[in-house]
Amino acid sequence: MTPQEIHDNLKAKFGDAILEAKMDALQPWIRIAPDAIREVAAFLHDEEAFRFDYLMCLSGVDYNDGNLGVVYHLFSMKHKHKILLRVNCTKENPHIPSVASVWASANWHEREAYDLFGIVFDGHPDLRRILLPYDWEGYPLRKDYKVPEFYNGMKVPY
Amino acid sequence: MTENKTLPTEYVTNPDEIKTSIGKTLRTDEMIINMGPQHPSTHGVLRLEVVLDGEIIVDVIPHIGYLHRCFEKHSEHMTNYQQVIPYADRMDYLASMCNDWGYALAVERMLKIEVPERVEYIRVIMAELQRIASHLIAIGTYGIDLGAFTPFLWCFRDRERILDLFEMTCGARLLYNYIWVGGVSHDLPPKFVERAKDFCTYFRPKIKELNDLLSFNEIFIKRTANIGVLPADVAINYGCSGPMLRGSGVNWDLRRDDPYGIYDKLEWEVRVGKGEMGTIGDCWDRYMVRVREMEQSVNLIEQALDKLPEGNVQAAIPKRIRPEVGEMYVRTESPRGELGFYIISDGSTSPYRVKARSPAFVNLSVLPEISRGAMIGDLVAIVGSVDIVLGEVDR
Repeated sequence: MTPQEIHDNLKAKFGDAILEAKMDALQPWIRIAPDAIREVAAFLHDEEAFRFDYLMCLSGVDYNDGNLGVVYHLFSMKHKHKILLRVNCTKENPHIPSVASVWASANWHEREAYDLFGIVFDGHPDLRRILLPYDWEGYPLRKDYKVPEFYNGMKVPY
Repeated sequence: MTENKTLPTEYVTNPDEIKTSIGKTLRTDEMIINMGPQHPSTHGVLRLEVVLDGEIIVDVIPHIGYLHRCFEKHSEHMTNYQQVIPYADRMDYLASMCNDWGYALAVERMLKIEVPERVEYIRVIMAELQRIASHLIAIGTYGIDLGAFTPFLWCFRDRERILDLFEMTCGARLLYNYIWVGGVSHDLPPKFVERAKDFCTYFRPKIKELNDLLSFNEIFIKRTANIGVLPADVAINYGCSGPMLRGSGVNWDLRRDDPYGIYDKLEWEVRVGKGEMGTIGDCWDRYMVRVREMEQSVNLIEQALDKLPEGNVQAAIPKRIRPEVGEMYVRTESPRGELGFYIISDGSTSPYRVKARSPAFVNLSVLPEISRGAMIGDLVAIVGSVDIVLGEVDR
């Protein structure tokens, strides 16, 4: 199925929750409203015509305009088609529903996005830091991140 | 070090009440044991928090990040795209060539450039040599984990020959910085083709020796067959890739199914687990997929060496690389599985964001799923069969 067909199908099913799409980009993408992402994900995963059973990658992004984003790269082992979904949230209220119940691989990817960007995934089974120490403060991959001077009383060399 | 801890009820396997002959009740508690971060069988600095009921594993909680070197943060702070490559080298330090290729390919696709044909062949030769070297480590250390010491020495002896080839190509034995955006850093040295062909002739019989010594060894089979079974649907749901996924019987290889380079011009086959010694997707299957992939890699190298064309080893690319505004996710098949690079460009000379989707990170996340219910002694076998490189898990 082409990205355009996937978009049209999603638009027919979810209507206003499909905010935006760009089909002439290097890799076509569809932007989803944050509240609807779990339903859209479950729909794409379960529906036989799509069967997006493989989450290739889930990345957090800081767009440096007050918005954080999550990018989902989906792939179907059955139909061999790909699609890229994106969801944005504001830095003040970084909440996005978790899709770990749809793809188990999202579990660690979401923990990583939480760890490095501070995006809170609502409904995640085990949202802890994963790469940084559990008591680290701040979210290093945000563009406005300042390296703390001290960590547990130790000077951070930088 | 052990400690007692109240567990969520779903982890408790039985009500723990055992009636003794004199009518008293004995309570058994779960025990929590730390395996690692300094443990010879965790292949680096990985800490596993193992919840045990007697000798049976109730749950495993991996704690990672001990080797986090901020690859993604560093990438954003580079002054140009080429500078990221030495950092990519250090992600999966057993398969640096494949990391370089994955990153270079992503940038090339953003720039929409084609590399010269000779480069494509050199890259395939390097990546397949690297795959053999990486699998040799995986197999050798797996033998050691299970008490077989000799195969380890044999594997390292053969790997040494590959490292010699890399050394004569680019001077480095572990971290090469050889595959660059738009080509490779310099051409193959004289006599490389003959030396590489010699290696293929030398190595092919060694695989059979390895099989006789380890793969079909009765003790080894007893330790690995029917252990850590990973069904295909679980593997896909957890995003497993590479030998993990193929060991579960899924006929899937990015070199064939999402082709890059010149893999579609060469003759080779994808090897999958068939459950010969036990169940499909057990540790032995995952192990055996790696052994059989080495045979296929030798085939690929021989063909690429025979067809190696003359020509340039660098495409004409601008001195300062500036991809247009946009983003690209490119995945390649590293020895451990799907290595993806997601790069966002803001039109400047350095990447705005680089996310590395490392196969070992994703493969490791399935460990709790396949370890529950196994015996504590088998945990080493299961961890070894996942073939993690902590440099890549933690980035």
